[in-house]
Amino acid sequence: MTTPLSPAQIARQIGEVLPEAVTDFNESAIFVSSEALFEVARFLKENLDLDYLASITAVDFFEHFELIYHLTSIKYNHSVVLKTRCYERENPTLPSLVSLWRGADLQEREVYDLMGVSFSGHPNLKRIFLWSGFKGHPLRKDYPNA
Amino acid sequence: MLKTEPIMINFGPQHPSTHGVFRMRVTFDGEVIVDLEPIFGYLHRGIEKLCESKTYTQIIPYTDRLDYLASMSNNFAYVMAVEKLAGIEIPERAQYLRVIVAELQRIASHLIAVGGFLNDLGAFFTPFMYMFREREKILDLFEMVCGQRLTYNYMRIGGVSHDIPPEFLPALKRFVDEMPGYIDEYDQLLAENEIVLARSKGVGVLPADLAINASASGPVLRGSGVRWDIRRADPYSIYDRFEFEIPVGKMGDTYDRYWVRIQEMRQSVRIVRQAMAELPQGEVRAKVPATLRPPQGEVYARIESPRGELGFYLVGDDSPHPYRFKVRAPSLINLTLLRDLCIGWKLADAIAILGSIDIVLAEVDR
Repeated sequence: MTTPLSPAQIARQIGEVLPEAVTDFNESAIFVSSEALFEVARFLKENLDLDYLASITAVDFFEHFELIYHLTSIKYNHSVVLKTRCYERENPTLPSLVSLWRGADLQEREVYDLMGVSFSGHPNLKRIFLWSGFKGHPLRKDYPNA
Repeated sequence: MLKTEPIMINFGPQHPSTHGVFRMRVTFDGEVIVDLEPIFGYLHRGIEKLCESKTYTQIIPYTDRLDYLASMSNNFAYVMAVEKLAGIEIPERAQYLRVIVAELQRIASHLIAVGGFLNDLGAFFTPFMYMFREREKILDLFEMVCGQRLTYNYMRIGGVSHDIPPEFLPALKRFVDEMPGYIDEYDQLLAENEIVLARSKGVGVLPADLAINASASGPVLRGSGVRWDIRRADPYSIYDRFEFEIPVGKMGDTYDRYWVRIQEMRQSVRIVRQAMAELPQGEVRAKVPATLRPPQGEVYARIESPRGELGFYLVGDDSPHPYRFKVRAPSLINLTLLRDLCIGWKLADAIAILGSIDIVLAEVDR
């Protein structure tokens, strides 16, 4: 079984190196500030051997976007769920994790295309499924349903 | 000295070797690929958005239309996610039936993958027809359980739609007895075939650390020698009750990805055989309210689909519709490294490499 690492314990470990990075945690996930996302991700990758970025998901909660990163260690078979929130709606931007995990490449493009969250430092950030002249981001909750 | 210029060739979206409406913009220096850009979206139907306005049960047939070569696996992952979100226990017999159809589906899907791959190598439709012969038998079995041959819509939240008919188990027994012989036949025809070896050995090598870093999964990851299979690493349903091996490749080349699929078919037959022997009697569907309203919360459920880690991320909000419905599509993420694998090879090799990744565009674009 993949062991989910205790968010409380991971939050403490992160806090020792990056104070103020962790904003909150619950029984399943750690919340970090969007400014500290890259540093926290690097810390997790290097110190906890979370070598596999399984999935990136974005959810629109109106007052903020929530980004969920499912991280797994193939070596030790443990996992961490990392979350961050983006309160900006006009031009939400987060740091790109492509330089840590190549697997973020197409997934971040997908989030950008359908949810309209930009990733600074992404090598090739452009729409992936929709064409470049498309207006709006369909997975946002305020996008009109047909 | 003759001055040469790189030439750009647009490959697809309508091309038989791209296995669907997939487009690659390939730049050549002479015959050698110097750049490749995959272009997606020709089959984007907005299924994630669409499903936000459907009820949890109405979504099941939409999942059939993601990876249509492995509809059962898509059904499986989705209903598992909903059951986890709503806290539903399902009957033992349904668990076994799910595993049986999911493993049959893996065989059917790998048959297409291997057949299509050999087609791409130039063995025009001869091996493909061999593979279709066996896949047909699996489709007959699926038709018995649910009446469908491609988009099954077989699983339900809380179990499966129907119990198996009396003629199913004898037919399944015949199939699992015959199948290993057929796999031996493929091995005889193909595993030592000089053209197959020449075209695939050492071509498109994917090192293990790069495969992990790029979130590759399924046979693409295992072909590179990483022993990672969700059925074993994070057992779901009742996979912890079965004995099976996880075949892995040595080099991570195109041949290893092909070889892993052939071996996985043998393991799937093994699992089906064990599940048949232990199949308990009883109900096949738990009592679930007609309009399900899962509580607030979120869930990520993942399975080992024939193409890799297939995950569903659902956010519930007490309403009959999911607030967010997201698919972690292995076919899309496995394409992250296509450019790296193809650079330095010729066009014909790029087709072999793409064939060995085994994509389904309906899942890539959703």
